[in-house]
Amino acid sequence: MEDKKTVMRTLSSNIRNKTFEEVELGYNDLEAKKEASRCLNCKNPRCVKGCPVGIMIPKFIEAIRNNNLKKAYEIISESSNLPAICGRVCPQEKQCEKMCIKGLKGDAIAIGSLERYVADYANEHELGLKSKIKENGKKIAIIGSGPSGLSCAYTLRKEGFSVTIYEVLHKLGGVLTYGIPEFRLPKKIVQHEVEKLSKMGVNIVTDTLVGNTISIKELEKDYDYIFIGTGAGLPKFMGIEGEDANEVFSANEILTRVNLMESYKNDSTTPIKKGKICYVIGGGNVAMDAVRTVKRLGMEAHLMYRRDEKSLPARKMEITHAKEEGVIFHFLENPTKIIKDNDNHVIGMETVDMKVLDEGEDGKKKIVPIDNSKNIVKCDMIIMALGTNPNKSVLNNSNIKVDDKGLIMTEDSVTNRKKVYAGGDAVTGAATVILAMEAGKKAAFKIIDSEKCKNK
Amino acid sequence: MKKVVINEKISENSYLIGIEDKEIIKNFIPGQFCVIMAKESSERIPLTIYDYDDKGIVYLIYQVIGASTKELSMIKDSIYSLSGPMGRPSEICMNYKEYLDKKIIYVAGGVGIAPVYPQVKYLKSKGVSCDIIYGARNKDLLLIRDKIEELANVTYATDDGSFGIKGNVCDALKKNIKKYDYCVAIGPVIMMKFVCELTKKYHLKTIVSMNPIMVDGSGMCGACRCMVDGKMKFACIEGPEFDGHLVDFDSALKRLNIYKEEEKEKMILMDKKMEANNGR
Repeated sequence: MEDKKTVMRTLSSNIRNKTFEEVELGYNDLEAKKEASRCLNCKNPRCVKGCPVGIMIPKFIEAIRNNNLKKAYEIISESSNLPAICGRVCPQEKQCEKMCIKGLKGDAIAIGSLERYVADYANEHELGLKSKIKENGKKIAIIGSGPSGLSCAYTLRKEGFSVTIYEVLHKLGGVLTYGIPEFRLPKKIVQHEVEKLSKMGVNIVTDTLVGNTISIKELEKDYDYIFIGTGAGLPKFMGIEGEDANEVFSANEILTRVNLMESYKNDSTTPIKKGKICYVIGGGNVAMDAVRTVKRLGMEAHLMYRRDEKSLPARKMEITHAKEEGVIFHFLENPTKIIKDNDNHVIGMETVDMKVLDEGEDGKKKIVPIDNSKNIVKCDMIIMALGTNPNKSVLNNSNIKVDDKGLIMTEDSVTNRKKVYAGGDAVTGAATVILAMEAGKKAAFKIIDSEKCKNK
Repeated sequence: MKKVVINEKISENSYLIGIEDKEIIKNFIPGQFCVIMAKESSERIPLTIYDYDDKGIVYLIYQVIGASTKELSMIKDSIYSLSGPMGRPSEICMNYKEYLDKKIIYVAGGVGIAPVYPQVKYLKSKGVSCDIIYGARNKDLLLIRDKIEELANVTYATDDGSFGIKGNVCDALKKNIKKYDYCVAIGPVIMMKFVCELTKKYHLKTIVSMNPIMVDGSGMCGACRCMVDGKMKFACIEGPEFDGHLVDFDSALKRLNIYKEEEKEKMILMDKKMEANNGR
């Protein structure tokens, strides 16, 4: 057997850095089978332990080998509600693929690529639509339609709950829609998941800011259960001088304007700023999404990260793709001041060099600015991708307890109000799609259990 | 899609739109705003709620200033999206009991009368009476005069003197400023700035309603950040109303120009498109 994985074909970097079309093209049948045949089908599969939702990975890969994609999809669906999405956005190299025994001597099995292959096949062939749902007469309101909300909705609807999703924006999907760009996660994939839900009979209410339009207290009167999956949406800024300059944006704003409002298209009336030289500050997936978006809008795209290259928290594939597309990386450098002209326009920034100290007691390396190091960087646009805080608006008039960071406090997915459950970034702080999805599912199972207990 | 019952011009460049939406009104307290989208491809525009009726119609007043508002002005039957109420209710409306014996002055400029009207109406229904100073460039730009006159003593100010006193709202306010305990100023940023400079001298507490650029209106984009007392505030969830004596108006004014060039381009594009459609 070969030690190299079957590399997924991509659009060539010089073409794709000018369009928003999906970068990765997916496996064809031959490629998928070739990759599937590399799997050793271990007796004690380590990959399963690496998967946050515990997909029976060797089993679905075996089904691919046996040309039974329907079965492969069923196996994945037992554990994951959104495989077409997770296959694309999970940091597999830190999860399942990290654990793969093949990775010790060569390439790990490309599990994410295979998951995507199966899920895309299933979507194309409309697999997985459960025909009959036995109604159980219980009502649940799900607040937020991001990964945790969608996952919770699926799980409960399948069990016969009457599910209503409340979303503040005009479109569903949360971060999958406004945050992750088209070139990484085509919106038609998210749309497909949403349509699947409405075909299953899930009620969808958009344009509703729970906490303002309707309070959780009011929802408690109408529903047997409530799930809060509102994520962590408030963008952080650095708090440095000049941050109110006109061309300083949060990554959320740029991504929302481009992804949700489609401002890169001519018929959209939402404007988007296009500078000449743009710096994105940060090193996570959101920073990568923002800098690659900026590149596609025709700017000279730079990414500045205060730590070193190997500390970049972003998904490996996104870093590789960003480099191929011509993004310029700057490590161990951090802005200290935004320089602006009299009309509030960005004309540059002051930065300092950083150095890595030895590991602290928490195992995380400390970084400090190097004394007397000061650089002047010329640029006309800056995007802050520094992470997000939870948005407490949803909790207006609700008496739901939060900790000092504003995160909702839960015990086994339940908040201090016994009908109200919560999960995802609103509870944990900003994390990944797969973890939010798992949290939504976990809360759903808690709700199912609580129903069963009542009926006993 | 939400049904539009009225969308008509009420002055040179202001429009009144009425939209069927019972949900938005249920928990609305004056001071809050909503976000409207004309079509699926439209920009999200934040607008303050001006009025509503018992049939579940929400009324908004807007000014046509760019491609998005122009597009909205051409809508006849239905709009794609309306969400809200967003933001925090006005402090004086929330705690009206503390203002029962206070002398309150509302200062409005131009379409700023739209957010002022529901506040004064709400307060009157709770037994709090207010005076209003309302200014515009000329008589034709003064909106809903009969409606506000039903609620309060109104002093008008026009730049050209075509109605009320000749001068701006500050000139009108100066005359009686000492008699008031509390001021709310809503209108163009530059007007709010001047009102605050004046009231600061007289130690007259002044609340302003900021109208920065927004995308979602729910705290997600950070476009609406304002500097208040040296701290960054998101107008959409921490405002839109702030203590006017602490707001950095110069920063707010400049930030309104962020998309000025892009707006111009969109407008040209839109005019071209309309020409092409007319030619067909």
